[in-house]
Amino acid sequence: MPTAAKEVIISNSLGLHARPAMQFVDLANQFTATIKVYKRCSDPCEVDGKSVMQMITLEAAAGTQLEICAEGDDADTAVQRLAALVDSKFGEE
Amino acid sequence: MDIKKGIGVSPGIVISTALVLEAEDLVIPRRQVEAENVPAEVVRFNDALDGSINDLVLLRDTVASQHGKEISAIFDFHLGLLRDKTVVDQVVAEITTGRSTAEYAVSVVMRRFGATFQQMSDRFFSERVKDIHDIEKRLLRKLIGKRHEDLAKLDHDVIIIAHDLLPSQTAMLDKRRVKGFATDVGGRTSHTAIVARAMGIPAVVGLGNITAEISGGDIVIIDGSRGVVIINPDEQQLAEHRELEQRLLRLGTELASLRDLPAQTKDGHTISLMANIEFPVEVDDALNRGALGIGLYRTEFLYLAGGDHEPSEEEQYRAYADALRRLGGKPLVIRTLDLGADKYTQAKAANPERNPFLGDRSIRLCLHDIPMFKRQLRAIMRASVLGDMRIMFPMITTIMELRQATMVLRDVMEELEDEGIECRREIPIGAMIEVPSAAIMADQIAKEVSFFSIGTNDLIQYTLAVDRTNERVAGLFSAAHPAVLKLIRDTIQSADRNNISCSVCGEMAGESLYTLLLLGLGLKTFSMNAPDVPEVKKVIRSTTLEHAVWVAGQVMSFDSERQVLHFLREEMRKLLPDTF
Repeated sequence: MPTAAKEVIISNSLGLHARPAMQFVDLANQFTATIKVYKRCSDPCEVDGKSVMQMITLEAAAGTQLEICAEGDDADTAVQRLAALVDSKFGEE
Repeated sequence: MDIKKGIGVSPGIVISTALVLEAEDLVIPRRQVEAENVPAEVVRFNDALDGSINDLVLLRDTVASQHGKEISAIFDFHLGLLRDKTVVDQVVAEITTGRSTAEYAVSVVMRRFGATFQQMSDRFFSERVKDIHDIEKRLLRKLIGKRHEDLAKLDHDVIIIAHDLLPSQTAMLDKRRVKGFATDVGGRTSHTAIVARAMGIPAVVGLGNITAEISGGDIVIIDGSRGVVIINPDEQQLAEHRELEQRLLRLGTELASLRDLPAQTKDGHTISLMANIEFPVEVDDALNRGALGIGLYRTEFLYLAGGDHEPSEEEQYRAYADALRRLGGKPLVIRTLDLGADKYTQAKAANPERNPFLGDRSIRLCLHDIPMFKRQLRAIMRASVLGDMRIMFPMITTIMELRQATMVLRDVMEELEDEGIECRREIPIGAMIEVPSAAIMADQIAKEVSFFSIGTNDLIQYTLAVDRTNERVAGLFSAAHPAVLKLIRDTIQSADRNNISCSVCGEMAGESLYTLLLLGLGLKTFSMNAPDVPEVKKVIRSTTLEHAVWVAGQVMSFDSERQVLHFLREEMRKLLPDTF
């Protein structure tokens, strides 16, 4: 099964709040690959990138470093598109 | 088996099946379902989920078209939460592995997520807990809303278990099937207690957390005389209580035999016993129990039962006319709208009041909405020609309110006459004495009315500054407080001096413990819930006015509520040893 991963930094000032999290999850759900998001910190956590409830619990404020990992046929596209969404600051700024 | 002690507020014993009512903002108690009912609960959850999603899509689209996508984005988030597999899977898992009801599963899972959110240090994230609460409520409304519809048509007898019965819930209940009440909160004069006594069914309130301890379908014994609730009783308990139930029924038959006898003291003084009602249909029961008429018709129940709309003049006229027809010439004292300060109106108000019991309620509310007040007065006056109707205004605080209300009534009479509609211009007008200022000014008020009716519940609350629904201070609420008794005595004497009649229509009138005292204070009309009529009549028939006057004299010399209660209990024990 193809896998892909990419590091991103949340750079919009409000962080991964409700609306960006929804955008992320909506996009993630368009792919067949499983999507995991890791947060690197003193208390590392891993959540399902297709669940908005879990994404919110990441509490990813501006500056948080995340790793997006995908596994499945469209893993590569998924990671590229999701990373691009984060980099675009979710169209907020 | 489990035995719980509360406050018995309506006597009697009943054994039946529990039906648990839930209020929207409360923790849903843990409730297990049988294994075979698990799939049905999952279906209920899925239906509620689909329904909530449909509602939200509609709401989002409406908001988006009216206020733009920025504003409607929050509903996208709510939709995202409802479509989130993590959320849905956890609820379904809670139902299947925990054998929980859909309501309980939803509340437990949402509270779990809510707690995680609240722990977040970033305020921006922790505030999202509000969204979690919002969708929890949305789902629960769907789940519970369905049940509400069923309350109006029950197919078996039930005992209602609730946190605190709301007037709107009472209005909705299929009363033929309700055999008893048990609630978490409340006191002797709470809404639940009043309704239970009016219906003549046992009730125990102030049980703490009974909604969490009883599941729908449990067998429950309610002993309203001792204030005890037994959950899932054993065979022995069942047998004992069945026997007690029978004995009480026999006692009831004995009291019923007093029905056609007058409420006359041994030395020949006749007292008039009337009943309090909320619905015209209760007239029949009141007359059956020996009431000579209706001393208090609480018209606000028509407003509460109507749901969201105020009853039209025609609807009101039909109810009042119905009550008068059932009375066949016997008196009907109708109290104008006494709404406000209850949960129902507060919940609907645009700006809930900070201190509703001191706020815009009762006659004040009516005088602030003259068109509404006139609709009711027109209905009353149109019905007035059909029988012995009398009208009274509640919560008079100053003589100006009484004059204003009377003026509006005169206006209505003139309007009706101009329209060629008949009405009784000489209808007796009374004032309720239930605010200390009115009791103190009773001599002045008496000159402008035909009768007084003392509303003891409010009079106690306002004299003693006690909210009877607040369990922490409810113990201070007592009719036996010497200050309350002085106001009652003075009001009765003012009425006498001014040659007008006076009745007591509060809870106190129906409590046989106070019958001797009220009799001795000179009260000649008592109005109470119909089931209390026989017992009060029994007390009156067992004593003399002379003795009652002596009792009242003793009581008025006491300086504490405890002394009063102790003395009255002793007197009643001497008078009716088998009852007290």
